[in-house]
Amino acid sequence: MAPVDHGHAIPLLQKIQDTYGYLPREVLLELSAETGIPAAHLFGLATFYAQFHLEEHGRHTVRVCRGTACHVRGRQIIQDAIDEELGIGPGETTEDRRYSLETVACVGTCFLAPVVMVDHDYFGKVDPNKVGEIMGGYE
Amino acid sequence: MVDSMVVTPTRIATPSDLAALQERLAAAAEGRRRVLVCSTGCLAIGAREVEAAFREEVVAAGLEDEVDVVQTGCHGLCAMAPVAVIEPNDIVYGRNRVKYIPDVISKTVMNGEVIKRFCYGRDAEMAHVQDIPFYAHQTKRVLRNVGRVDPQEIDDAIQRGVYSAAGKALTTMTPDEIVEEVKASALRGRGGGGFPAGLKWEICKQNPGTERYLICNADEGDPGAFMDRALLEGDPHSVLEGMIISAYAIEATKGFIYVRAEYPIAVRHIRKAIEEAHERGLLGDDILGSGYSLDIEVREGAGAFVCGEETAMIASLEGERGVARPKPPYPAVRGFYGEPTIINNVETFANVPLIVDEGGAAFAESGTEGSKGTKIFALAGQVQNTGLVEVPMGATIRDIVFGVGGGMPRNREFKAVQMGGPSGGCVPAAHLDLPIDYDSLKEVGAIMGSGGMIVMDNTTCIVDIARYFIAFCAEESCGVCAPCRLGTVQLEEILNRITDGRGTLEDLDKLESLGEVVKETSLCGLGQTAPNPVMSTLRHFRDEYLAHVVDKTCPAGVCKALLPVQEGKDS
Repeated sequence: MAPVDHGHAIPLLQKIQDTYGYLPREVLLELSAETGIPAAHLFGLATFYAQFHLEEHGRHTVRVCRGTACHVRGRQIIQDAIDEELGIGPGETTEDRRYSLETVACVGTCFLAPVVMVDHDYFGKVDPNKVGEIMGGYE
Repeated sequence: MVDSMVVTPTRIATPSDLAALQERLAAAAEGRRRVLVCSTGCLAIGAREVEAAFREEVVAAGLEDEVDVVQTGCHGLCAMAPVAVIEPNDIVYGRNRVKYIPDVISKTVMNGEVIKRFCYGRDAEMAHVQDIPFYAHQTKRVLRNVGRVDPQEIDDAIQRGVYSAAGKALTTMTPDEIVEEVKASALRGRGGGGFPAGLKWEICKQNPGTERYLICNADEGDPGAFMDRALLEGDPHSVLEGMIISAYAIEATKGFIYVRAEYPIAVRHIRKAIEEAHERGLLGDDILGSGYSLDIEVREGAGAFVCGEETAMIASLEGERGVARPKPPYPAVRGFYGEPTIINNVETFANVPLIVDEGGAAFAESGTEGSKGTKIFALAGQVQNTGLVEVPMGATIRDIVFGVGGGMPRNREFKAVQMGGPSGGCVPAAHLDLPIDYDSLKEVGAIMGSGGMIVMDNTTCIVDIARYFIAFCAEESCGVCAPCRLGTVQLEEILNRITDGRGTLEDLDKLESLGEVVKETSLCGLGQTAPNPVMSTLRHFRDEYLAHVVDKTCPAGVCKALLPVQEGKDS
């Protein structure tokens, strides 16, 4: 591979994460060797942008929306219920790698507030009693 | 035959070809009944199943030759999701469920008979678009095609007249004439800043560069904002058309759309739209026979709010961490890879075809003295009709919240509306009759912002909201300048203290003086506006702060540490 200009670094990282589900260290080092983009730069990007993970993720990603509409409609109660159900906090992965838990600034479905997403599925107007059922729905 | 002479049959070579195609498409669509199912926002609540059920039922009833089931963008009335609009009579049905679809087809689609239970307010008098106050109080100009076209079908867009303004601009106007029209329209940037678009373009053109770039800012990061999402998902071709005209006007050599990865449907639709536009010769070489060529590349964001700021966005496009750069030089002078670059918001671009179409002066007839045209708002929070709305500039907050929005649910009391997200402020009930424009909002301590409106009632604690926004900015600060990196954290800590019941009167002064410093000395828009939610709430809701600090109570009953201890109940 010829030297690649920095401009393509982010789309490249996005492709790697699409493939592996996260950014494995050895793949980043290989990318650096092949493209001439310094590894420090790649790791800098990987830690700056919230989308990238350097560690293996769960099979499913739970995203709790922390947008304004969700906030005023009680998302903290939902967050607490999910934390308790899964036994982890935002940014963590369950031991069985079933779920990774994240928060997201806004998923843009404010009319459904409070909103939780599991992978590409939306759950709207979530109340704490529904959390167990939602979390039971994914293997 | 020479290969280069072969033109693919779908390619549209000239504006008159485009007009002829539009006529043919319109004639073919004449008299057909259409079921327009929102297949964007409503997907979150069962639209896919509803749309599939409509299709199956149309086939089962043998009506394929009469009825089209169309996947569209947002109809605006998100509170009634999943929503479908039935043409030709424009009957709006919400809360659609699969099991009722056969009834809807046989009664409403085929016979125009209204079924009450799916109507707005379950009221048969509110069956049609024009009957429903939510729509009656709106002026759909930029959103005119959203909900009416299949966004993944370029013929639908062409039939509705999309790309005709691009044809006019590229073949009958010079780039400078377009800049003049946009200047005459007084169009201001819809992303929040409100800088006059035409002026920005003119500055860009005065700067020599080997390349010029055009960037569409679709990194809609403000929580509570979904206007750009709706445009990209529901009418991506109008956004592309606006970009093509704008790129020609500034003589750009390349375009980018920087879109949030959190909007997967928007990403998919805009990519498809670009592909189809290429196939038809509406992008790529020699667009509509004008001699002008343009390519547009989609770049997905990677989850950094600050990249909505133009210099950080450019850094991100260059493959760097999204950190802000000092201005001046402004991107119009030195932007992407040091070349003159124009960054405008999605909604700004979507206005451009209207200006070319009707002329700048006609566009400037609507709106207020300083703000022309319409504005799209995302209405959410404690309001009946949450959804997507478009009103002329100068409409009042009351028009939007009570006219379009239908007021508060369960007759709760209006307390404030938060406008402009983390860069904006809370507008109290005293200003309900304020005509909305860029300047009037600034006077009351809020900003137009991108258009998020979150309605709050007396169950919302204003201090908690200020804390929420400043925590957001502290988290999203890129860290490159100290006032923003450190100042937002300090503001957050003071607000944490107040909501925990440990605040003092002195803290209120500290918030004000520190907020002023962060505002004055931060490098980019994120830091310069981060204190706004704190400053505006201190100005309009000082009593509520005093209740937290002096009386140690939270009037809204939100701040846990300040709630009265309830006997006999575990916390």
